[in-house]
Amino acid sequence: MSVALPPPRISDKAAVMQAQSTKFSRIPLSRRVPDKVFGVVCMIASLVGIALLGLLLYRIGLDGYKRVSPTFLTTFDNWRPHLAGVKAALVGTIWVMVLTALFSVPIGVAAAVYLEEFNRRKSRFSEFIQLNISNLAGVPSIVYGILGLTIFVRWLALGQSVLAGALTMSLLVLPLLITVTQEALKAVPPSLREGSFALGATEWQTIYRQVLPAASPGIMTGIILSMSRAIGETAPLLLVGAAGFITFVPQNLKDGFTVLPIQIYSWANMPEPKYQEAAAAAIIVLLVSLLLLNMAAILLRIRASKKLRP
Amino acid sequence: MAHVQGMGPAFTKANNRSPRRLKEGIIRYLCLACALISVVTTFGIIWTLLSEGLHFFQEVPILDFLLGTKWSPQMNPVSYGVLPLVSGTAMIAFGSAIIAIPLGLMAAIFLSEYANLRVRSILKPLLEILAGIPTVVYGYFALTVVTPWLRTLFGQERVEVFNGASGCIVVGIMVLPLVCSLCEDALSAVPSTLREGAYGLGSTKFEVIRKIVVPSALSGIMAAFILAISRAVGETMAVTLASGNKPSMSLNPFEGIQTMTAYIVQITRGDTPSGTTAYYTLYAVGLTLFAFTFGMNIIARRLVKKFRQAYE
Amino acid sequence: MKKKVLSGSFATLCAVTAFTFVAGGCGMGGAGNSAPVASVPASTSPASSSLTGDIRIDGSSTVFPIGRALAQEFMGKNPGVKVTVAESGTGGGFKKFIAGEIEIATASRTIDEKEIAQLKEANIEFIEIPIAFDGLTVVVNPKNTWANSLTTAELKRIWEPGSTVKTWKDVNPIFPSSPIKFFSPGTDSGTFDYFTEAINGKKKEQRNDAQTSEDDNTLVTGIAGEVNSIGYFGYSYFEGNKDKVKAISIDNGNGAVAPSPESIQNNTYAPLSRPLFLYVSKKALDSNPAVKAIVEFFFSQGTGLIGEVGYVAFSAEDYAAVKSHFDTKQVGSVFAGKKTVGMSIQQILKGE
Repeated sequence: MSVALPPPRISDKAAVMQAQSTKFSRIPLSRRVPDKVFGVVCMIASLVGIALLGLLLYRIGLDGYKRVSPTFLTTFDNWRPHLAGVKAALVGTIWVMVLTALFSVPIGVAAAVYLEEFNRRKSRFSEFIQLNISNLAGVPSIVYGILGLTIFVRWLALGQSVLAGALTMSLLVLPLLITVTQEALKAVPPSLREGSFALGATEWQTIYRQVLPAASPGIMTGIILSMSRAIGETAPLLLVGAAGFITFVPQNLKDGFTVLPIQIYSWANMPEPKYQEAAAAAIIVLLVSLLLLNMAAILLRIRASKKLRP
Repeated sequence: MAHVQGMGPAFTKANNRSPRRLKEGIIRYLCLACALISVVTTFGIIWTLLSEGLHFFQEVPILDFLLGTKWSPQMNPVSYGVLPLVSGTAMIAFGSAIIAIPLGLMAAIFLSEYANLRVRSILKPLLEILAGIPTVVYGYFALTVVTPWLRTLFGQERVEVFNGASGCIVVGIMVLPLVCSLCEDALSAVPSTLREGAYGLGSTKFEVIRKIVVPSALSGIMAAFILAISRAVGETMAVTLASGNKPSMSLNPFEGIQTMTAYIVQITRGDTPSGTTAYYTLYAVGLTLFAFTFGMNIIARRLVKKFRQAYE
Repeated sequence: MKKKVLSGSFATLCAVTAFTFVAGGCGMGGAGNSAPVASVPASTSPASSSLTGDIRIDGSSTVFPIGRALAQEFMGKNPGVKVTVAESGTGGGFKKFIAGEIEIATASRTIDEKEIAQLKEANIEFIEIPIAFDGLTVVVNPKNTWANSLTTAELKRIWEPGSTVKTWKDVNPIFPSSPIKFFSPGTDSGTFDYFTEAINGKKKEQRNDAQTSEDDNTLVTGIAGEVNSIGYFGYSYFEGNKDKVKAISIDNGNGAVAPSPESIQNNTYAPLSRPLFLYVSKKALDSNPAVKAIVEFFFSQGTGLIGEVGYVAFSAEDYAAVKSHFDTKQVGSVFAGKKTVGMSIQQILKGE
């Protein structure tokens, strides 16, 4: 925690407010000033990210807002740049996201439950699994692409299908999902478990009825982070074989597909400026769909964590 | 965070009926199976990379690969020294960590300790959106905003269009929400009784944070840092776009570099015939990258363990 | 009371999944009722065929725009056929072609001997179809007022391995003495292979201090950003960015020729016009009528699309020669392992 503090320059007004707000006004200035300054520095730090987000959105909005329209959403890609739309990519993204959530959420939560609840003694074996997970979290996404190509596309002969894509994505997000779920489970106070056991509940009953519900805000964070990651990933699906050009939506798990990031990447690589515009517009679509997903989940999460806080 | 060590089973054993026990057992093993998927994945990756990477190491001595300082697998005279790629990757990881770690931790402290619920409920989702922005977009951002800005600041002559600094900055921005989100979770997990106790003794907020909250949450914070650095090491698209594809040992952040991941993209999107040594570099570099993150994680986990023990 | 709240929040876990489901349902529900937007060029045969089947095309990102236009126009006529086009690079495309995962591989270079050997091993026969020209364009920054044309000898001096050219003055004494920044397509791209062979005389040999990128737009950005830059890439990227970069005329001894559709087609823009290819699986051709149909569609109508997507079509005679080569199902490659730089399509097809 070595934060380089700027020279304490605190306005008189602020100092007065500080004195008023602190009940212990006998705290010397040499302790109060760093306190205030640190708070401001932290606030600025958290605003940096937001400011950058704003700048980024402004930039992209400027480049792509003209193209975003209902037609853009409901038409397929087109080799004539001004007619190109994102329908296939949007539907493909939803397909991949839903399938990825279906595969990864139950597995991820179950794995975290095993490591945190069933195996609280932290045996060598669970240490080994833990090591694996944290290591996998650091494996570059493109390596998952190589894995998905070898195992799902070739070995299991799923071909360049939406199923192969979703399975690859599931493996990719699992470590993140497990890690965050574990943190959420760790944060559940032991008293909750003890109380449940005391009432005669079995281990699983305790987990299912007490621990998981209490941890669900944290688990939600994990799911949101993982799904955000899955939606935004380009590299692995590039290898698994998401198509750059496709003018139909997947009808079943074995169909070919594309997703928004691939579509964006593909368009951004095109020489025609109209495709660049379409790429910016597709980014807007991607961000808005991300926003919609997050909003629903986050609102629920905040409500839950508000009620949990003592 | 003391756990009730094995308390559950001990209690339930008394009034256990066997179907219930069977169910508990099945669930337990199902959960174990899910946890084992990670092990299977690891072995899958190692097997895939090794079986293909062996083709490469049959042609190129492993020491030439690991210690060589010139990377030019497709251009005659060919040379397979991986160090320039490693140095590029290290630059991105280090540079982005300098940006993301302090900012992310401070933002997390603000969110968890200073901000009221209203502010939190606005800031946190916004940061999560930042995390969801596809990496391609960051690359685009680097080229259209960050690099021009760097070039006006430091001079057109000094700063190349593709440079390491621009990559460091956007990757830093990209992993910032990850650092922030995970650190915040770790900070929030610190029991409020600890804080209240310290306040009761007359500490200021800063003192509580510095002496109580952060040390208590250290293991989680370290884990966040490690995840962030791993992510930076593995970042592909933004780096490819921002920092270019010029393998070089240079430490000048204003020159073009190439990371291991950027190289993998280059080869998977390129026209190199499969089955050639140049093509198998893909797996050799993938293997190196994997070994890299693996080693880093082992060291990091040792660290976390040490800290955790110190505070329990 | 508390417990109720908690389990309520647990239910939100499921809500996310449910939400994505609903969203997914909407997306898929909307799939059926939107009108096709493909603006098929005015044609006399509106009757769509009853042809069905899947065609997967993958390979060179250079050929991708052609594949995309071809696929779309073909599906406009044959709505029952599902065509996907991907861009995994020529090498990646062939890898999938060898694994039998795709019916058509696109390539910005000729098939490699190792790839031919692997195909033989996998028992896959293929037919090679040259489809269009790409004119490699040497470009500089528009603020560069001194260099308008370069001879192939000068280009070689600039790009050859171990080149001593550092400044423009080293190229030509009348040029200014500012240091040059070099931009080149990725060293594993077909563009790089062709350029180095045509200019430096040997494939894959070039000075080693150039900034490379697989993404030609990145090169455009680089060259547009550095006043003293030089680089090269496909003609379509030049055409899309004429306001950002300036093309250099090439003098191969017969006077300086600027890259243009005409000069590339009639081979006066030499030696930098290179052919692009489709490689079609013979097995797919025999068993999947849609594959045969799309290749025939290319010869009947697809050639008109080439110019529109930024590439240069062959002359009608050249296409006739290629088509008869296809009609007789001649398997194997006539281009592979041969020096084809500077030769016309008919010369290559005829000359053994």
